[in-house]
Amino acid sequence: MSGLNMQDDPVEVSALDPAAIDQAVQNALAAFAGAGSLDELKAARTAHQGDKSPLALANRGIGALPPTAKAEAGKRVGKARGQVGAAVKERQAQLEADRDRRILVEESVDVTMIPARRPLGRRHPVELMGQRMADLMVGMGWEIAEGPEVEAEWFNFDALNFDIDHPARQMQDTFYVEPADSGLVLRTQTSPVQARAMLERGVPLYIACVGRVYRTDELDATHMPAFHQLEGLAVDEGLTMAHLKGTLDRLASELFGDDITTRLRPSFFPFTEPSAEMDLRCFVCRGSNPQCRSCSGTGWIEWGGCGMVNRNVLSACGVDPDRYSGFAFGMGIDRALQFRTGQSDMRELIEGDVRFGAQFGMEI
Amino acid sequence: MRVPVEWLREYVAVPKDARGVDVAASLVQVGLEEEGVHGGQVTGPLVVGKVLTLDPEPQKNGKTINWCSVDVGAANGTGEPQGIVCGAHNFQVDELVVVVLPGAELPGGFAISARKTYGHVSAGMICAADELGLPDDGSGGIIRLADLLPSADVKPGDDAIPLLGLDRETVEINVTPDRGYCFSLRGVAREYAHATGAEFTDPALDLAARAPASNEAGYEVRLEDDAPLRGNQGCDRYVARIVRGIDLTAATPAWLATRLTEAGMRPISLAVDVTNYVMLALGQPLHAFDVQTLQGPIVVRRARQGEKLKTLDDVERALYPEDLLITDGGDKALAIAGVMGGEDSEVTASTTDVLIESAHFDATTVARSSRRHKLPSEAARRFERGVDPQAAPAAAQLAVDLLVQLGGGNVDQGVTDVGAPPTPEAIELDPTLPSRLVGVDYSTDDVVGVLREIGCEVDTSGDALSVVPPSWRPDLHTAPDLVEEVARIKGYDRIPSILPTPPGGRGLTHGQRVRRVVADALAAQGLSEVWTAPFVSDERHVALGYDAEQARARTVRIANPLSEQQPLMRISVLSTLVDTLRRNISRGVKDVAIFELGLVLAREGEQQHALTSPVGVHPAPEVLDAIRAAVPPQPRHLAILLSGETEHAGWWGAGRPADWSDAVALVRSVGTALALEVSVRADDAMPFHPGRCACFALPDGTLVGHAGELHPKVCQALGLPARVVGAEIDVDVLIHASDQAVVSRPIATYPLVQSDVALVVDQSVTAAEVEAVLRSGAGDLLEQIVLFDTYQGDQVEDGKKSLAYRLSFRALDRTLTTQEVNTLRDRAVAAAGSATGAVQRT
Repeated sequence: MSGLNMQDDPVEVSALDPAAIDQAVQNALAAFAGAGSLDELKAARTAHQGDKSPLALANRGIGALPPTAKAEAGKRVGKARGQVGAAVKERQAQLEADRDRRILVEESVDVTMIPARRPLGRRHPVELMGQRMADLMVGMGWEIAEGPEVEAEWFNFDALNFDIDHPARQMQDTFYVEPADSGLVLRTQTSPVQARAMLERGVPLYIACVGRVYRTDELDATHMPAFHQLEGLAVDEGLTMAHLKGTLDRLASELFGDDITTRLRPSFFPFTEPSAEMDLRCFVCRGSNPQCRSCSGTGWIEWGGCGMVNRNVLSACGVDPDRYSGFAFGMGIDRALQFRTGQSDMRELIEGDVRFGAQFGMEI
Repeated sequence: MRVPVEWLREYVAVPKDARGVDVAASLVQVGLEEEGVHGGQVTGPLVVGKVLTLDPEPQKNGKTINWCSVDVGAANGTGEPQGIVCGAHNFQVDELVVVVLPGAELPGGFAISARKTYGHVSAGMICAADELGLPDDGSGGIIRLADLLPSADVKPGDDAIPLLGLDRETVEINVTPDRGYCFSLRGVAREYAHATGAEFTDPALDLAARAPASNEAGYEVRLEDDAPLRGNQGCDRYVARIVRGIDLTAATPAWLATRLTEAGMRPISLAVDVTNYVMLALGQPLHAFDVQTLQGPIVVRRARQGEKLKTLDDVERALYPEDLLITDGGDKALAIAGVMGGEDSEVTASTTDVLIESAHFDATTVARSSRRHKLPSEAARRFERGVDPQAAPAAAQLAVDLLVQLGGGNVDQGVTDVGAPPTPEAIELDPTLPSRLVGVDYSTDDVVGVLREIGCEVDTSGDALSVVPPSWRPDLHTAPDLVEEVARIKGYDRIPSILPTPPGGRGLTHGQRVRRVVADALAAQGLSEVWTAPFVSDERHVALGYDAEQARARTVRIANPLSEQQPLMRISVLSTLVDTLRRNISRGVKDVAIFELGLVLAREGEQQHALTSPVGVHPAPEVLDAIRAAVPPQPRHLAILLSGETEHAGWWGAGRPADWSDAVALVRSVGTALALEVSVRADDAMPFHPGRCACFALPDGTLVGHAGELHPKVCQALGLPARVVGAEIDVDVLIHASDQAVVSRPIATYPLVQSDVALVVDQSVTAAEVEAVLRSGAGDLLEQIVLFDTYQGDQVEDGKKSLAYRLSFRALDRTLTTQEVNTLRDRAVAAAGSATGAVQRT
């Protein structure tokens, strides 16, 4: 290490001796360049730039020089000190950069070691699907209504024009509540919410209901004793089946793809007249594959029932059927989820195996 | 309803080349949904062949195959013999067989092509019955036409598809409850005509024209319904005809048996088969009585108290006063009208004389009897959906014709036709209504045209149309019923798609948003949402430590549960969520964190009877209130269950099992997510551990719910691992409480000054109590208080514990001095001391 001894034994350098000044500069530059660490640089700096360094001493000596020599000596020493100062600054920056780089390298980790300290939970995919469908309805300006699951027969059947003796009332595989004359059932459809909404909110009315319904079906791959429906009811002046179809087409294209439309087929439901079954354009083959397994080659997939609200329903709910018309529709949310995700065994929907939900994100 | 296409062709001009799928597609358009097409699965060349040569060739695998040349006429396009390898051995040279040629397809989508096998190119197959989807012909190998169809006059090259009946197809359709008339070939044929424009021949017209009028010599029938249901006579028409001297040996001919079989009914005997055939053809259920068993006139009346009848299914049935009976002389019950006959008057193998009943029974009467006796017979299915009252004489005539023609019987000259069914009432229809409801422009001519096409009489003289529906359409009552007819006959595919423009909604309700927030907050903390069926048992309530009596008083019982073991609706979500926890664990998921948001029953007081009322009637307000009040309250609960580790072990360090504090923290987090102050106190409520059960409440004291560790007995009884923790809270309470906006407070920016205190209290004093008094003692400048340590052991007396709190103070308008803060801290400690006996630890 050059110049270490200089601290103990200061070297006098005359400000008038250009060679000595030069030598001092050269010594300083060599010492800085030779410093391999910030500590060494600090020592070299003390030796060559500190109070007792040759250049500092030379600088101090300028004051004692004759006035004629002062200017030149001052200029010479000043330049030398400037040179040394720049060199130390440069080396300092270099060594700091080296150190920072080294530390970042030393601190590197294996980012592919993925921790599973506390995994994220999940919403149930059926709930998310229902939420998505509800949001679509809300986006169209509808509101979401709700009702109880243990429901009065009047709301589930009578108000909806299911006559007590009509075979349709027997076709619903209803859970009845004891005693026999309780007048209560587990709602077989979300439609009782139609009646509740009309009575509570009046008309015009655009409501949808997302909810759980019950039928006496044993659990298997295609049946559940409890499942989920989206129900829509619009009552206003001048509504027609064209408005029904427009609403269904919008739902279908938003949920299953731009070119997915619906088809109406004549059918029967007590609470609508005219009534229709609604089919969805097959979202797998779009009607182009006679061998398609999703639609059995028909190009259409059954999605739900719909129609114009029966006059008896409007009357039962205190709405003037001569002034207002309405349309209603209902479809399975569980099935919509199956369509969207290719899920095929309904048992997985109700069993609550946490691995089922874990396949999906928080947006369906 | 199964519709044999060959039978359908008798009544409507189905195009020759139309196959089952085409017929089904046409019927769908008018609302008869396809359930399936049966038969007709063989396509392509299937022909008669004559075996010219047959050379047995033993193979290395031990089998012997026959290399045959078969004459298939010109069916193969060349007229040359066809070379075919056949593995069967039950045939000889010169025999006629059935050959499928390349290009054909057999049932199961099995495509036939020429292929190399056993050193030859086999250009087709000699067929066995099962390969063609036919029943076993007993040949034990390939079909030999000489055995199967001895009388058939066939030659090589003839099409074998019609020969074997393989072209017969049956279309199965779903008939909605309003279309009773489509439970007949007559009805389906009419609908096919509507869908396609094909020519329809109503078979009832000719039969009705030939049916003789009622006369004095007819068998005496009296209609004596003294208790009509809903104002409708139980029987408003009864036609009776008698055929005598039926040949006991006469069998049902193959064509009729085939039609019945294809329609899904089993041939039994000629008389029974004829009644079923007529029902399928015309939709009119018939009943045949053995005339020899009848003593007096037929009297149709309601059943008497205590009366019994042994029905055809060999069941002795106690009759209900609402049941309508066919009786012998008014005394002896012969049949439940329109539902099922009795054993005593049944047509048997020795019956030669039969009385054909072709009657019209009231839909409600039949529906109720069928339901009450759990007898969903073919006849009942039709009557409860509505049968054409004008079809009765035609149906009786067809039965008579068939029994005379096929059974060699003689028809009595006496004809009975009593009763007078009401004629359909005219419906007023504004001709613009179809356009206004459907959204398609229909002209008045369109509307009138459709209505006449479906059989209505339309009077166009007034402003509104006056429409009398045909007798076979009892489902048409109102103007919208007629609108549907116009829409469906004109085609639903003409309806345009127009998005309605609602007046603008208010978005989700507060409650709906809260439920999303709660579920999302829990999912973000590692819990998976599940849902469960809400059915439980008394045993489950006992296992959870609930009082079974009290639990039953809060809920309702299902009259027809899926499982007799689970007849009750749940009163807590935990009671069904535990099954999901157990299922996950049994499937090898050790660490489970789940939650469910769902409804529970919370009935208070006696279960009320919810009134029902006739359809189409707006009940009085007090009736509606009573109906609503009878529906038991069903609050929405949140339940949580955690088992195993809530923080997993791994390369990063140790894991941490879920404990009671996780359950408490999760419930607190739900409160925090809704900016609600939810207080905690110790409680002892099942299903929780009595020393590890937290009770949550709102500032006004409203109960929110409980959380903690499950009682060890509960875990044991339900087969759960030890120390499962959970919670059950009422979300509706939180929804209600969070409906107000939080009032914003300014955020202080002066420095925070902290002071720590350690307080020694009795073990029975809870942290929540100490914290509450520290807060009130410290005053408004206290910004935060944190329990950062607890201690029990040598440094404190037995029966005591030390709680260490960090109090953080800050003022809005200045930097607090140490002196100020010490004063506030001392006040807090003093307050804790006087309220809980806390002593500052030094």
